[in-house]
Amino acid sequence: MKIHDLIVIGGGPAGLAAAVSARRAGVQDILILERDHVLGGILNQCIHNGFGLHTFKEELTGPEYAARFIAQVKEENIPYRLGATVISISKEKLVTYVSREEGLVQVQAKALILAMGCRERPRGALNIPGSRPAGIFSAGTAQRLMNIEGYQVGKEVVILGSGDIGLIMARRMTLEGAKVKVVAELMPYSGGLKRNIVQCLDDFGIPLKLSHTVVEIHGKERLTGVTLARVDENRRPIAGTEEYYACDTLLLSVGLLPENELTRALDVTMSRVTNGPEVDDRLQTDCEGVFACGNVLHVHDLVDYVSEEAALAGKNAAAYVLSQPAAGRTVDITADNGVRYTVPQKLDPEHMADAVTVRFRVADVYRDRYICVYCNGERIRRIKKRVLAPGEMEQVILKKSELKEPLQSIRICTEVE
Amino acid sequence: MRELTCIGCPLGCSLRVFEEDGNLRVEGNTCPRGETYAKNEVLCPKRTVTSTVAIRGGAVSRLSVRTQTDIPKDKIAACMEEIKRVCVHAPAAIGDVILPDVAGTGVALIATKNVPKA
Repeated sequence: MKIHDLIVIGGGPAGLAAAVSARRAGVQDILILERDHVLGGILNQCIHNGFGLHTFKEELTGPEYAARFIAQVKEENIPYRLGATVISISKEKLVTYVSREEGLVQVQAKALILAMGCRERPRGALNIPGSRPAGIFSAGTAQRLMNIEGYQVGKEVVILGSGDIGLIMARRMTLEGAKVKVVAELMPYSGGLKRNIVQCLDDFGIPLKLSHTVVEIHGKERLTGVTLARVDENRRPIAGTEEYYACDTLLLSVGLLPENELTRALDVTMSRVTNGPEVDDRLQTDCEGVFACGNVLHVHDLVDYVSEEAALAGKNAAAYVLSQPAAGRTVDITADNGVRYTVPQKLDPEHMADAVTVRFRVADVYRDRYICVYCNGERIRRIKKRVLAPGEMEQVILKKSELKEPLQSIRICTEVE
Repeated sequence: MRELTCIGCPLGCSLRVFEEDGNLRVEGNTCPRGETYAKNEVLCPKRTVTSTVAIRGGAVSRLSVRTQTDIPKDKIAACMEEIKRVCVHAPAAIGDVILPDVAGTGVALIATKNVPKA
């Protein structure tokens, strides 16, 4: 059996950036395993612009952003396998994958980087009553059918959920001649980025109905329409508010789920909020030598942050392979009062880097609040925020020099005054 | 008077733009970026258009494209009409000029994906 210093599972934005970073930190023997027939992951179908403003200081489309990282992987001569689907990983870092060329293969890694990304929440998870006609797609599936395979997908469209992919597809389908009638969002606020609401909906006069959901699906062979209804504060449909929309296509943009089926076999602590593994400040899971980054860890809204996080995972995996760095006691980072979770969830105060970026999301739309950091019960940071929204990831950078010794606890929360 | 939502930052200020004696006055912004955004949106709103064109002889059947820079918003429909009629042959590389001047804007339509010959 072949032994590799580092195996990266997934050749999307996270896996590519992690592999490049590990190579530049000195790891010679790296293997990237990718199940698709091209590198780049979801970026290949994200043909819209808006990628790379942080990383490259210019606005790129998804395929262009991916191509920059693919070029780096090739420059660094990092080996990768395409059409290679990993079917299991073990605590001992034994990786089993299948591919058409090689059949069933087992490879042993000294370190592993999990970069499997996420997938869309499907219709089955929504409990929408009605029959099961053709014409109901997750927004990302429609995006793939349209942008990669060149299908028209539909002519009259209703979109449920105001996630970014749904908003992007509202514009995309409109430009391709479809009539997007309405975007319905269950929550009282949008789940997408503000600029997507403006540039994808407002530009084309597409209405966004907040606090609305689909209560009935009509049609037998092909979708013929949906019924929308307003929901109350408990997200229950309000009788008498039903409205019928004739349409042949319903797109679902109702959330993304980190794809952690492989991770479960490692028996590591999983976060119930992110649905990803819990990690320390090196982005290492409970299983020593197994690191995680990108959307498998927690769902991001900007690929630039995925690349940045993945580069850190790559660097730390390299340190693990090359020098087995010392590890010490960890302290939990607690999230509360409006902060839903943090990544990382814990840090090692003795061995941490001089600055550690902690990313998180808030639970609701808040105006004029403070993001506060408490260390051993004492407030060490208070950052004024005019607005905070669940759809926009936030971050604070913890500096080693400002943390009290001995460190007992870190708490990140929002405060009104 | 026009109402706009600023996209300069997550705050998303609701802007109102008034035209007074040939000058634009912006209300509702909390920073200078809001004023700049509102004036541009009223005087000459521009967008980058992204889409796909047909490609033959490649590993995929669609080649993703974009306008090299942003184009006036009112040219988007004309731009899409021209995009629909294009068919190219593989190979294609990022940056290849697909149309030198799309919809009379003086802006080129360029490829955003590398598609080798199949």
